[in-house]
Amino acid sequence: MKLTGADILTRFLADEGVEFLFGYPGGAVLHIYDAIDRQDRIKHILVRHEQAATHAADGYARSTGKPGVVLVTSGPGATNAVTGIATAYMDSIPMVVITGQVPTHLIGNDAFQEVDAVGITRPCVKHNFLVKSVKDLALILKKAFYVATTGRPGPVVVDIPKDVTADSVDYVYPKEITMRSYNPVVKGHTGQIKRAVKLMAAAKRPMLYTGGGVILDNAHKELAQLAKKLNAPVTNTSMGLGGFPASDKLFVGMLGMHGTYEANMAISNCDLMIAIGARFDDRVTGNIEKFAPHAKIIHVDIDPASISKNVKVDVPIVGSVSDVIKSLLKEIKASEFKPNKAAAKGWWQQIDEWRAVECLKYKTDGDKIKPQFALETLYNITKGDAYVTSDVGQHQMWAAQYYRFDKPRRWINSGGLGTMGFGLPAAMGVQLAFPKATVACVTGEGSIQMNIQELSSCMQHNLPIKIVCLNNGFLGMVRQWQEFFYDERYSHSYMDSLPDFVKLAEAYGHVGIQVTKPEDMEAAMKEAFKLKDRLVFLDILTDPEENVYPMVPAGAGLDEMILI
Amino acid sequence: MKQKTKTDEEGMRHIISILMENEAGALSRVAGLFSARGYNIESLTVAPTEDITLSRMTVVTWGSDEIIEQITKQLNKLVDVVKLVDLTEGPHIEREMLMIKVRTSSNDLREEVTRLVDIFRGRIIDVTATSYTIELTGTGDKLDAFINAFEKTPILETVRSGISGISRGAKNLHI
Repeated sequence: MKLTGADILTRFLADEGVEFLFGYPGGAVLHIYDAIDRQDRIKHILVRHEQAATHAADGYARSTGKPGVVLVTSGPGATNAVTGIATAYMDSIPMVVITGQVPTHLIGNDAFQEVDAVGITRPCVKHNFLVKSVKDLALILKKAFYVATTGRPGPVVVDIPKDVTADSVDYVYPKEITMRSYNPVVKGHTGQIKRAVKLMAAAKRPMLYTGGGVILDNAHKELAQLAKKLNAPVTNTSMGLGGFPASDKLFVGMLGMHGTYEANMAISNCDLMIAIGARFDDRVTGNIEKFAPHAKIIHVDIDPASISKNVKVDVPIVGSVSDVIKSLLKEIKASEFKPNKAAAKGWWQQIDEWRAVECLKYKTDGDKIKPQFALETLYNITKGDAYVTSDVGQHQMWAAQYYRFDKPRRWINSGGLGTMGFGLPAAMGVQLAFPKATVACVTGEGSIQMNIQELSSCMQHNLPIKIVCLNNGFLGMVRQWQEFFYDERYSHSYMDSLPDFVKLAEAYGHVGIQVTKPEDMEAAMKEAFKLKDRLVFLDILTDPEENVYPMVPAGAGLDEMILI
Repeated sequence: MKQKTKTDEEGMRHIISILMENEAGALSRVAGLFSARGYNIESLTVAPTEDITLSRMTVVTWGSDEIIEQITKQLNKLVDVVKLVDLTEGPHIEREMLMIKVRTSSNDLREEVTRLVDIFRGRIIDVTATSYTIELTGTGDKLDAFINAFEKTPILETVRSGISGISRGAKNLHI
């Protein structure tokens, strides 16, 4: 049966198992919106800005593991989506973004709402396509989902001219696809696995450093087995939090610029680093010359280009993280591997000494709400079991430090690109995926205003998100850097003329609660989280001068942290 | 694209041959990768192969071993890239074509040019009352030497194709 391109698109998405389409209509996608209106298999979520559509799809993808799907119009629709696409790209999040395009005969004519979407998005997508004929549409869509979700995942853009959505062709859902130019490696190289296990057997101070790859590949169970087997301390990157239970005694916290003392010291002193699904980002390594100076390095990653990019490694293993860990476990079993018990005792003694520094302790001040206290209260009230999305800045680091994630896919933050405005729309995607779950958006008064308009979408789609806004009247991370490195010249980091967030929330039809005193914190949070079917905006006035500690200054090694 | 002169500190020169899907935008994906990551390009050539669904691209670049390793990995990561080989890792042949137009307004000049063309085994492919156009194929060094040989003859125009390369022996880049 012949279908129009628009109907093929909606039909395909449903056949592909897509639940939600996050989008915003416009001229070039009107045929598609008409097709959406005559079907009920996929649900369209109308946002208030295209950036929010991409972040919402991203939050959905991070929390479920399924690809997020976005539909925006040509021109400004596409350009507004770019920030969200780049955010997903940096964190390897599977996403398919459909952009409308002007009709094929107008492409290149500077037509109304025309932009070269394929050109603009090229550096921040895993791949992109321009559909030139309706005959190619279904196959290109299949390729887009295949590329987005396999190998190292990432966003894929499909640019569809308006005439292609009006033209008709027979539609058959393409079940299988092969691409001669794209065949991601899954299995790790046997020789390398053997070499890695030999290094593990010889190690006296082993250490596991794991990142977002463990979460993306659902390898948390395998990772837990490996850690136990090696009796090795585990540190996570910000992207990797929840990939290993924070409450496990092997866990030493996050590493890097705002990592814990014990994690950074362990990295600086280990003799074997097993890096899994992590990419040695500059925020993680600090001064690369001083990073893990005593360690042999094993690096497991699905992306060969991530290996030996920043740090030269001894044993590279390309493959899917879960597959490789399984092979490692098998080889450990086969090789009569015995961990060095005496060495382990000394290593753990040393780690416990570093732990005793209690680097996350903070000074309390009777009148002022400490942001760390707010996050500890959030952790206690939600019993550590909430989905926590965050924006970018000090609050993000405090959330990473003080909300101890035991499960994967619970910590949703923009790690690579560091996109302010991510938190609220991402929370929308999570709440849609898990309507009954507790979803908290930890944010600041700066970040929340970058996508505040989504309070309206939350009302329309009944999303009872709890916004935990740490309001210190400053762009806190900028202020902190200005305090440390710019002689306290607070150039444009003060947020003047802030709205009354309580009234603002109420204006959108939500509940607003302001917290001004530490002693009111617990009651306010309890009240907020009791309102299961309402969005609550908690405007928490926190100490404006609090800093994130520990901190590794730019150019310093991880063991040269500033402690409080 | 960053154009730099090659020096020893900047590492070895490499010729990377790429087989990729003959799709619109494939060239800009490669060019964009080089500019976004700050890799060097000396020359880049591309044309369809005997199988019109595939293009063959030759990129001449230079850098340290680490940079070249990253370049090949990043190129391989492009979804349109089917296969690639660093020709400089083994015996190979490289060729470039030059077309040069020179002023030949006197008999002396015409004789001088004809002699040079013979020495370098070039061909005169167009002649007017005042100019010769010459075609010459060879390695980049040979073309440089040819151009430098025109000491007295005024050069009106030069155009170079950029380098194409192929490995020696039966080894081939094919799918």
